[in-house]
Amino acid sequence: MTWLALEPPVQAVLVGILAVLIVAEVVVWTLRRRNPGKSHQELVDRLRSWWVIFFIFVLAIGLSRTVAIVFFAFLSFLALKEYLSLIPTRRADRRVLFWAYLTIPAQYYWVYDGWYNMFLVFVPVWAFLLIAARMVLVGETREFLRAAGTLHWGLMMMVFAISHLAYLLVLPTHVGDTSAGPGLLVFVVLLTQLNDVAQYVWGKSLGRRRIVPTVSPGKTVAGFVGGVLTTVALSMLLAPLLTPLSRAESIAAGLIIGVGGFLGDVTISALKRDLGVKDSGSLIPGHGGILDRIDSLTFTAPLFFHYMKFFHY
Amino acid sequence: MSTEARWAGILRWIFFGIVVRFVVLIVLGLNVRHRERLPQKGPAILAANHNSHLDTLVLMSLLPLRVLGRLRPVAAMDYFFRNRWLAWFATHVIGVVPIKRQRSTPDEDLLAPVAEALERGDIVIFFPEGSRGEPERLAEFKSGIARLAGRFPQVPVTPVFMHGLGKALPRGEWLLVPFFVDVFIGEPLTWNGDRRAYLNEFKCAIERLAAEGHFPPWE
Repeated sequence: MTWLALEPPVQAVLVGILAVLIVAEVVVWTLRRRNPGKSHQELVDRLRSWWVIFFIFVLAIGLSRTVAIVFFAFLSFLALKEYLSLIPTRRADRRVLFWAYLTIPAQYYWVYDGWYNMFLVFVPVWAFLLIAARMVLVGETREFLRAAGTLHWGLMMMVFAISHLAYLLVLPTHVGDTSAGPGLLVFVVLLTQLNDVAQYVWGKSLGRRRIVPTVSPGKTVAGFVGGVLTTVALSMLLAPLLTPLSRAESIAAGLIIGVGGFLGDVTISALKRDLGVKDSGSLIPGHGGILDRIDSLTFTAPLFFHYMKFFHY
Repeated sequence: MSTEARWAGILRWIFFGIVVRFVVLIVLGLNVRHRERLPQKGPAILAANHNSHLDTLVLMSLLPLRVLGRLRPVAAMDYFFRNRWLAWFATHVIGVVPIKRQRSTPDEDLLAPVAEALERGDIVIFFPEGSRGEPERLAEFKSGIARLAGRFPQVPVTPVFMHGLGKALPRGEWLLVPFFVDVFIGEPLTWNGDRRAYLNEFKCAIERLAAEGHFPPWE
């Protein structure tokens, strides 16, 4: 089978996701028939958005590596734009914000080029210093620290962290290893999204004790534990197909994604609670904004990447 | 049709179909609420708050391309007719209805060109504040919108509140900085017989729409 530029195990997993989406569609259809009085609009919207996300993602990673890198750059752009539209900003910093956007093409060029050192230091060192310097040139000192701090936090989360997904695609391939690149990417993205779903489902069905009541009152200890264990199990199941991880390493990878996904989720929740908004935007029907969907990835992408890099690349 | 008009038509289609939609949907990004309240056909008036040159382009991109020929933004003649090129672009590509902001004789009817457009069945885009003013601040609404509503009591006036374009491209700036833009569309207003009461009703409608959103400080 030769559709798209993906290895057979990756294709098999994508077909598996397709099957899960079809099952979900049947379940929702049954729910609506059995209980026609109740509104299922949010569920329907949510599922429809999953279909759209799935097809965009498959096209992005399946066409070519360059297309995939451009796709993640665009994802960073959407996320940064949503963040900057959400937080208080200073009129004086309009042009500084423009420079902040320019870090996106630069950062993804380092990815495209495989320039690992520059990829690592560009946002935390160069952008950190140069954007502060650009702000000083503007000369507005009122709320300077808040403006510099919030802007750099956004760059770290939306540009630096997310760009780790793209860098998974340019890691060197081992001889005889068919799974590098897209396999790792599908692994971390799929497990992160399933971890979100698993934590939600476990929390709904047997959660009582709240885990972070002031940040996210809906999250429970049972949801967290059940979610992490589910993710570990899925990691053990999928790792042999998509990654070079051993059995023991795949357990650790599942723990990293399970715990990291939870932390990313509640970190963006804390941001939204601070700003007094429920959703970060309205770009994805049934989900909210782009940040509501990639919140967990801001943690799992860099954590999983550096775990892989340390042990295998 | 003259060659000039044909070229202007092609340019207009490329401009709104490709350039404007790319800038509005990709570079900026819209969060539209109550899209179903937009008028489907003319004559109608869209009345919005004004912060940026992009306001007109965003409002024009809300409606389908097939009514593009009917969309007529009202624009200040003193600003858009400063030079030949801008005037040609404003008239032939944007399709503006130019109006003067100052009367030269006491009984001059400044709104006559707008009235003509409404009589032709066009969808008129009108900024009752009269100018872009300070970014993201509502200025006083001038009486023009109430005069128009009084002259055309059957024509629906749809209030629109927009936020974000004053940050993306405020007055006096040329560099576009991307921000998501909120566009909240209100229920069409009907003429109530009194100009002052109507203006007040319009102001309340815009303020109600503004209260629907969350807008972070921009100081």
